[in-house]
Amino acid sequence: MSSVATAPKKGFDFKAFLANNGALVGLVILCLALFIATPRFLTGPNLMNIGIQVSTIAVMAFGMTFVIVAAGIDLSVGSVAALSAMGSSYAITTAGLPDGLSIPIGLAVGALCGWVTGAMSAYGKLPTFIASLAMLTVVRGLTLVISDGRPISTSSSVSWLGDDLGPIPVPILILVVSGLLAAFVLNRTVIGKNAFAVGGNTEAARLSGIPVKRVLVTVFVISGVFAALSGMILAGRLDSAQPTLASGYELDAIAAVVIGGASLSGGVGRISGTLIGALVLAVIRNGLNLLSVSAFWQQVVIGAVIAIAVGFDVLRRKNVKH
Amino acid sequence: MSNDALLVLDKVCKSFGPVQVIDEVTVEVHAGKVSVLLGENGAGKSTLIKMIAGVHEPDAGRILVDGKAVKIPNTKASEALGIATIHQELNLVPSMTIAENITLGRVPRKFGIINRRAMRQIAREAMDKLGLALDVDTPVGQLGLAQQQLVEIAKALSLDARVLILDEPTAALTKAEIAHLFSVVATLKQQGVGMVFISHHLDEIAEIGDFVNVLRDGKFIATVPADTEENELVRLMVGRDIDAQFPRVATEPGQKPLLSVQNLCEGMLKDISLEVRPGEVVALAGLMGAGRTELIRAIAGADKYASGVVAVNGKKLASFDVAAATRAGIGHVPEDRKTQGLVLDASVAENIGYATMAATAKNGLVDRKGQKARAQQVAERLRIRMGSIDAPIRSLSGGNQQKAVFGRWFTAGAKVLLLDEPTRGVDVGAKVEIYELINEITASGGCVLMASSELPEVLGMSDRVLVMSQGRIAGELATEEATQDAIMSLAVSNVHREEEMGTK
Repeated sequence: MSSVATAPKKGFDFKAFLANNGALVGLVILCLALFIATPRFLTGPNLMNIGIQVSTIAVMAFGMTFVIVAAGIDLSVGSVAALSAMGSSYAITTAGLPDGLSIPIGLAVGALCGWVTGAMSAYGKLPTFIASLAMLTVVRGLTLVISDGRPISTSSSVSWLGDDLGPIPVPILILVVSGLLAAFVLNRTVIGKNAFAVGGNTEAARLSGIPVKRVLVTVFVISGVFAALSGMILAGRLDSAQPTLASGYELDAIAAVVIGGASLSGGVGRISGTLIGALVLAVIRNGLNLLSVSAFWQQVVIGAVIAIAVGFDVLRRKNVKH
Repeated sequence: MSNDALLVLDKVCKSFGPVQVIDEVTVEVHAGKVSVLLGENGAGKSTLIKMIAGVHEPDAGRILVDGKAVKIPNTKASEALGIATIHQELNLVPSMTIAENITLGRVPRKFGIINRRAMRQIAREAMDKLGLALDVDTPVGQLGLAQQQLVEIAKALSLDARVLILDEPTAALTKAEIAHLFSVVATLKQQGVGMVFISHHLDEIAEIGDFVNVLRDGKFIATVPADTEENELVRLMVGRDIDAQFPRVATEPGQKPLLSVQNLCEGMLKDISLEVRPGEVVALAGLMGAGRTELIRAIAGADKYASGVVAVNGKKLASFDVAAATRAGIGHVPEDRKTQGLVLDASVAENIGYATMAATAKNGLVDRKGQKARAQQVAERLRIRMGSIDAPIRSLSGGNQQKAVFGRWFTAGAKVLLLDEPTRGVDVGAKVEIYELINEITASGGCVLMASSELPEVLGMSDRVLVMSQGRIAGELATEEATQDAIMSLAVSNVHREEEMGTK
């Protein structure tokens, strides 16, 4: 969607490719720089480490992409991730339900939270920012209530989400599968295309007969489900569902989507872009760790990267639109 | 080239990538004269204006102000040279007063505190130049569009503008407001202001202009006196003769109404009943605010209505349900294509396909091939000029964008078209093409209900005229008996009656 209209040409237009894939170019440069700066960057274990780290943010950000494409914002995903992880484990380890239900319960909790946020903004006419801000607090509170503020141990299927399958960590597998699924839904299904239309111009979408309210609720449900998945991966890696799990992650997820080229005003966004955005964030964190930069300075750097990445994108769009 | 020109664009060129949008165009602006820029959408008028306003710099050629070559790299530089542009979208802050708007960015200060008296003084002087008697402490948001436009002109004058560029200033004004604007323009002429005027209304040109610069496809075609025959202007602009501006081919209407509205009430709309038979074009005429748009939107399911029945082919439609209306065969081309008709970030194909996307999907998957093929087909049929079907819709000219909105309903097989100002901001060539689409729909047994503020269009393209006044249908006229006067007298009928009653 965000791509510039270029006439189908035979040759490969390198300039247009650069202009359209700024985040990818940035990521490649970043990796090259780290490769030169430290021999520890390009090693199997380190790359695997980055993959695991990126998986939680990326999965969450995939769902966020739907909401942002539909011109909304979902601030509740960090809390939803925590409640879903908590619910999926609580139902098994405390309430005694069969282990096979653990992950479905977690996903259902995420979907329900997303539905509530979506319904509040679609039918209750709250701006998505406010509806999801309210849910951020409500859901985090519920997590603390259920857990009584203490971590609980995860069910075995949730623990499995943090393990390895043969040589490959399960989080990376989930990252790949959920990314492909998200891209498919966003680009090929009516749900995805409706999200673009509603985000691009709500009124035009409505006057074309697109059920705008239902679309809004649906994107929040999708966001909730992906947040739940992300939360369970995180809990699986820790082998415990913490009540403060994933707090503040919503901002990383939003940053990943935006670095990936989506527009906060809606109608523009790509899953591949979101993945690159999440990778940019993860590689920077990893690199700064390898270079022993203090965690305090890391925050400064990451903030600056977000501003620079989006700034470049704004410039690019301005040039395109003449 | 004469030496007394305030501003000259001398053989300027501009290209965006491979597209040459302006090719050696020369335009002169003289003190006390109105220079009209005429051309279809996409002819390069806006790019030319943007060069003068400092948004784009020419690739070649010169810009002369008072005979001296200048560069205008940004809008500030343009302002400093005494050039002001009044865009269609006004640059005013609605919540601020007239005086605050006029002095925006250069508020007079005394000891660092805003000097309100001086501010009002500046505003007052600017308004006096235009002969406007508005209170300068009125918030701009409370003014009508026409008055806001005049405030914007006053703001330009208070910046000592000597060259004023008016970009389609009459597009959204009523007849009376246009007359007032033109009297202001005449005053400015006497004060020696040079003006560039853009309009799609040919009849306005002779009234206000001194000479006309015709552009076509970015090339300079001719400069002719403003009293040139309209047909000749059209020929210069389009590059070919247009036989008829209103090519309505009437068809024998069917017996049973295709669209019927009974006793519809909502807010300002009072007890509206109407019928449109297959093969018929019914126009809704009336003054601004008479309720035409409200009625069209209610029928289309875009807005709720309190009571009444809307039926297509005798089948009652649910209120406030666009999807149901669409299924019943209603297609709605809204008043403003940019804010209500199109998703500007999306492609031509996507915009054409929105009404059929869900219906043609299989298991929730978009029928991508089919959608694209249908869009391509309809785009060819409607002769939409575009880079490709995947080009972003925003890259098309206004007329072609409008045709894409029509294309959406053609693809959906709509039988009842509700048109709201179908040719607003559309150039002459595309207008005729849109009229031909209307003919096609009625020829194939569909019907059209068209709200329009352009009386020539109402008279030229409809079979019957319903005149609205204050939310009611004040009367019906067959097109043969409909004249400008007959329509206007109906359009103001209720107004007078109520005024009389009020005075008794």
